[in-house]
Amino acid sequence: MSGMAPEVESLEYVLEGTQPVGSFAPVLVGVVGSGNLEVLLEPRAGTGCRFEVETSARGFGEIWAAVVRDFHERHPLAGLQVSIHDMGATPAVVSLRLAQAVAALPGGTR
Amino acid sequence: MGETGWDLRARRRQARLGRAAQALGEAARGKCVPADLAVALLSAVLEPGDRVCLEGNNQKQADFLAGALTQLDPAHIHDLHMVQSVLALPQHLDVFENGIASKLDFSFSGPQGARLARMVSAGQIQIGAIHTYLELFARYFIDLTPQVALVCAQAADRDGNLYTGPNTEDTPAILEATAFRGGIVIAQVNELVDSVPRVDIPGGWVDFVIQSPTPHFIEPLFTRDPAQISEVQVLMAMMAIRGIYEEYGVQRLNHGIGFDTAAIELLLPTYGESLGLKGKVCRHWALNPHPALIPAIEAGWVESIHSFGSEVGMENYVRARGDVFFTGADGSLRSNRAFCQAAGHYACDLFIGSTLQIDLAGNSSTATLGRIAGFGGAPNMGADARGRRHASPAWLKAGEQKRQALGPSGIAPRGQKLVVQMVETFREHMQPAFVERLDAWGLAEQAGMALPPVMIYGDDVTHILTEEGIANLLLVRNEEEREQAVRGVAGYTPVGMARDRRMVENLRDRGVIRRPEDLGVDARLATRNLLAARTMRDLVDASGGLYRPPARFRNW
Amino acid sequence: MSLPLTQRISFAECSARERLAHLLDADSFQEWLPPGERVMSPHLAQLGVPAAFDDGVAVGRALLAGHSVFVAAQEGAFMGGGVGEVHGAKLVGLLRRALRERPEAVLLLADSGGVRLHEANAGLIAVSEVMRALLDVRAAGIPVVVLIGGANGCFGGMGIVAACADHVVLSDVGRHAMSGPEVIESAGGVEEFDSRDRALVWRTTGGKHRFLLGDCDQLVDDDVAAFRAAAVRALDQGRALTLESLEAEHRLLADRLDAAGDGADAVALWRRLGIEQPEQIPDLSVTDINALREEHPA
Repeated sequence: MSGMAPEVESLEYVLEGTQPVGSFAPVLVGVVGSGNLEVLLEPRAGTGCRFEVETSARGFGEIWAAVVRDFHERHPLAGLQVSIHDMGATPAVVSLRLAQAVAALPGGTR
Repeated sequence: MGETGWDLRARRRQARLGRAAQALGEAARGKCVPADLAVALLSAVLEPGDRVCLEGNNQKQADFLAGALTQLDPAHIHDLHMVQSVLALPQHLDVFENGIASKLDFSFSGPQGARLARMVSAGQIQIGAIHTYLELFARYFIDLTPQVALVCAQAADRDGNLYTGPNTEDTPAILEATAFRGGIVIAQVNELVDSVPRVDIPGGWVDFVIQSPTPHFIEPLFTRDPAQISEVQVLMAMMAIRGIYEEYGVQRLNHGIGFDTAAIELLLPTYGESLGLKGKVCRHWALNPHPALIPAIEAGWVESIHSFGSEVGMENYVRARGDVFFTGADGSLRSNRAFCQAAGHYACDLFIGSTLQIDLAGNSSTATLGRIAGFGGAPNMGADARGRRHASPAWLKAGEQKRQALGPSGIAPRGQKLVVQMVETFREHMQPAFVERLDAWGLAEQAGMALPPVMIYGDDVTHILTEEGIANLLLVRNEEEREQAVRGVAGYTPVGMARDRRMVENLRDRGVIRRPEDLGVDARLATRNLLAARTMRDLVDASGGLYRPPARFRNW
Repeated sequence: MSLPLTQRISFAECSARERLAHLLDADSFQEWLPPGERVMSPHLAQLGVPAAFDDGVAVGRALLAGHSVFVAAQEGAFMGGGVGEVHGAKLVGLLRRALRERPEAVLLLADSGGVRLHEANAGLIAVSEVMRALLDVRAAGIPVVVLIGGANGCFGGMGIVAACADHVVLSDVGRHAMSGPEVIESAGGVEEFDSRDRALVWRTTGGKHRFLLGDCDQLVDDDVAAFRAAAVRALDQGRALTLESLEAEHRLLADRLDAAGDGADAVALWRRLGIEQPEQIPDLSVTDINALREEHPA
């Protein structure tokens, strides 16, 4: 009863990649619904892969970090911005969406 | 009386029937008793301390008789010992609150679990034991035989022959035990007829029949709306079909109810077909008439299904598919929980079901604090059948894998039943399914139980299947490997995050853990479009309009 | 007779963008204010709700069987398809642009519970602006076609918006009304309307009922191809927005209210239309219902 409004948690991770994605039109997969998330992929300058997460399910930073790390180990993409709006998706769904997003990249059948 | 005859049981039965005759007087027409004399009848035949079996099935409920029981005068009838499969209705606990019953032996209490826990801790109920269904039926023949059985049926004739029809369920087991030990049998029926469509229970076993004012309560418990199946469940179902059904050639099986298994049922005609598996797996089932199996049946996958009970809305479909289901000469389904439980235990090579929690040894439980839910039938399905002797390829292969893993020893070779626990690593509200310590331990302490209520023991579990892959526990060589195999499919739960990554990699190299890609399962195909039916209406269409879903499932 | 499941793409199952991809001519959709531009709700963050890149609606121009159309598709899974400030502004912008560029039609794929209550007055104002803009487009002689077939149906303020259009297409899974079932139950009691009686809900607000009563123009199967065909058929079906047409509609509604009598269930209304076994309606196919409507016009 503190009177504080609930807040969306913002998380950010930047990882160095080795596979440049080049330039492409933004790719969107998923929908922001309960237990779901949307993932927007856009090109970005440099060799980094930047993940920005906005989530209504707060306190799961450690899990997001592990999911992002494992995803990037499998897809060490470079020059990529990954923007996520999440409404409490489980890690299983998050991993699935990230995989779907990568598959939708031009030339991306990994 | 001073006599030492051996007919005390028969004489007591005659005494009960004599009291009943007096109480009913002219109102009784042979075995038929008017509904407004139900309480008087019960009052006459019961004695304090009696063991009473009230149906109390998984699906059907003798609700009229349950209500009549709660109206007895506790000064006259008290300390009844209730023995029943399921506590489903509030009246099942009201009899305790009203001081009529005091002791309870049962199997499952899903809807009443929280109230049961409260009443136990308040000392209003003394639980004898919590059983599985088959266990409880077995005890009816040994040390828990009912003195009085209160059952429900669809119809009866004047001689007391009962038609229990599609929802025969527990009735034959209960009444065989009761009737042949001099017990009193009272049946509530939906209708009185001149001639029943078929005789499920012979009139000689039945003492009284009451037509209830409304048809007996029954619930659709085995219907799962395909619209609720998620992509993750589709992925897991693909892994089950590819990684286990195909791998072991599973022909005879039981599915625990749930959306996970519904997804498997709906993938057989599509994904299973693409793997060329029709005829090679899933021909014989111990299963209630699941609507989700309709597409597979229609596509010719299924040779036979024996059922524990029926399912509301499936009656006409079953009737029209007599080649597949067990039906009587009248054409309607005949179910039998006791025999189906035995079939699932001894004549099936695989059980697959979901659960709420799994620990590091693979023990699984649905127990939660504050609720005493019991077991139902799952432990009989989800257990190795050590009394089994006949061989099948799947059973031999599983046993061989386990023997190889344990290394040379003097142990006699045996087969093993495949027992698969299928669960997403996180449940709703990000609750981890994998835990270091089951809530069952806490519940045991809270409720004063002798043992923590484990649904399926880890040493019976052969495979754990999550969205991360399959852990084949038959291949682990020691407890440490078992623990890492569990952690290796526990995803991002704390249990999963604490894995020894090198050991898990090694287990993966050995095939103890297999990820979707190791199984040749393409996760990108795991969409709802792979389901043979995506909505309730698709199921209706697949059945050619024979399936009639209950109102709560309609959206057209 | 609908196609076998494996060939049919369920309109209800699709996301908004999937519907657009399957409904419109391949690769013809040019989106305005696409996700990458991040034109999002300024209100949701303070309520602890994540925004969506497109605020739950995709708008743009496209080709439908070669015809130039403007199109908006609401994402029903985001906030129940509720119309917020930005969402509503995108719809209004699309409609106003239609006045300038004069496409052959404006298609609205509605999947919404109405106003997005989280945004309160901003949402209410947005919906009313959509209504005004829609009527302006109609008055300019450009047909507005609404397609309803999602899980949310089309309720609340969006239900009124849809009723303002020239042409409404519903699937039998779709629903169109103003007050939602739960709202009616809480206001009028469960005796008045049991919102959990799904058969009742669909009898009262579902596509079959709307079609038989004449409140929607086409009834289709839950199939994107069927919606596409219906949209093409609707392209030249604009209705003049005149005082006469409005008065005619008022007379029709008044007659309907008189004829309905007291507490009529949909089954009773269908019987009054001359349909012989009205209780069978929920089980009939869309094809059969279409035939019935021909025999028993509203």
